[in-house]
Amino acid sequence: MTTLDKKQPSNMDELLDGLWKQNPIFVMVLGMCPTLAVTVSAVNSISMGLATTFVLAASCLLVSMLRNAIPKEVRIASYIVIIATFVTVVDYAIQAISLDLYEALGAYIKLIVANCILLGRAEAHAAKTPPIPATLNAFGMGIGFTIGLLAIGGVREILGAGKLFGISLFGAHFQPWVVMVLPPGGFFVLAGWLILFAWFKQRKPKQDATPTPSAEGVKA
Amino acid sequence: MTDQQTTTPEFTSAFSMIRALGLIATICGIIIVGVYQGTLAAVTANKKLALERQVFKVLPGAKHVVEYFAAAGGITPAEGRATPPDAVKFYAVYGVDGKLVGIAAEASSAGYADQVRVLYGFDAAKQAIVGIGVVSMRETPGIGDKILTDEAFLKNFQALDVRLGADMQALANAVKTVKHGAKTHPWEIDAISGATVTSKAVGRGINQSAQALLPRLVPHLDQLRKQP
Repeated sequence: MTTLDKKQPSNMDELLDGLWKQNPIFVMVLGMCPTLAVTVSAVNSISMGLATTFVLAASCLLVSMLRNAIPKEVRIASYIVIIATFVTVVDYAIQAISLDLYEALGAYIKLIVANCILLGRAEAHAAKTPPIPATLNAFGMGIGFTIGLLAIGGVREILGAGKLFGISLFGAHFQPWVVMVLPPGGFFVLAGWLILFAWFKQRKPKQDATPTPSAEGVKA
Repeated sequence: MTDQQTTTPEFTSAFSMIRALGLIATICGIIIVGVYQGTLAAVTANKKLALERQVFKVLPGAKHVVEYFAAAGGITPAEGRATPPDAVKFYAVYGVDGKLVGIAAEASSAGYADQVRVLYGFDAAKQAIVGIGVVSMRETPGIGDKILTDEAFLKNFQALDVRLGADMQALANAVKTVKHGAKTHPWEIDAISGATVTSKAVGRGINQSAQALLPRLVPHLDQLRKQP
């Protein structure tokens, strides 16, 4: 990947944007419905994250390729149709891969359609960007989302079931902290991570003595 | 943008809007149909495998599963059709020798969090339910999901009596979930202490399903003796 003109973010910047600086979960706080609902285990989190990543990258690629052919009056309808198409693709693909996984993720696969990260990326980024950077940015956002889900899902599985990726960690005497795999646990763990991120961001400027610029671009 | 709107409003022609939407709909249609066709074989195989895995668990010794509908007029093979509104779906289960091992059917009832769906195995000779397996549930981990693992609870389903009454219209004794430790009859289910709501859902679901299925099925059992 080459570094382009300074004004134009390089492809690498596009890719890394969603991983850290504009992480969809911890920085932009988007897509909270799957974030809280499916993160009961690490496997569910990764599956949901990868499914969303695929839909993000594929729909942003198509939106970006068609960006000059879509009049602005019908753009939202167009984006939603494109997003819904790739959600359907993922829905069938997961059924073909594993029905157990499909049961575990339940309605949340279909609800990717309504995940605001997707329409947000299509409208705020892909519609104004050529296909390659648009896809890279979407891919990075998806991976950032996956990492966020995994951070929550991993903690919830460890505390709530004493396991990670289904492997028992503490032996038979561990009393699982059941609330962590119930809905309130999602809020607790998310809050914990958000506090950690906020504290980290607050601390950093003091150390550097130069305030970090607020997240570039518009909140999607 | 505001400048454009006030001075020379730009109109997008209706044709170009329809063209764009038509183009997108066509592309998306091709993608969806292509993926549907491409994954159909794998999805069907997966569904069959999942069903067989469930059925083999509730009726040990099973080898083949055939889907049937039971309606007031008799039983008919399903052959991939959707269940008619007045019929009940069940599975005739055969062993390696092609002889009927038992009947499996699904029962569902509202549990603590969502519908608890179980598959039960019916032994025609014993006139009893001889095993259950959970198809899907969202019960509280560590509490309601004990119905999967609690040995004392699962013992209820080693021979749960579902004999039909003399008139063949309903079960001789309705299946009932009773308080933990209060089971006295073979048609009662001893609830799990602390998970009564889920235990009751299982009992209620099995009762509803057996009441609907068995009166339509048992008189025609002879049709099913040999694997078709």
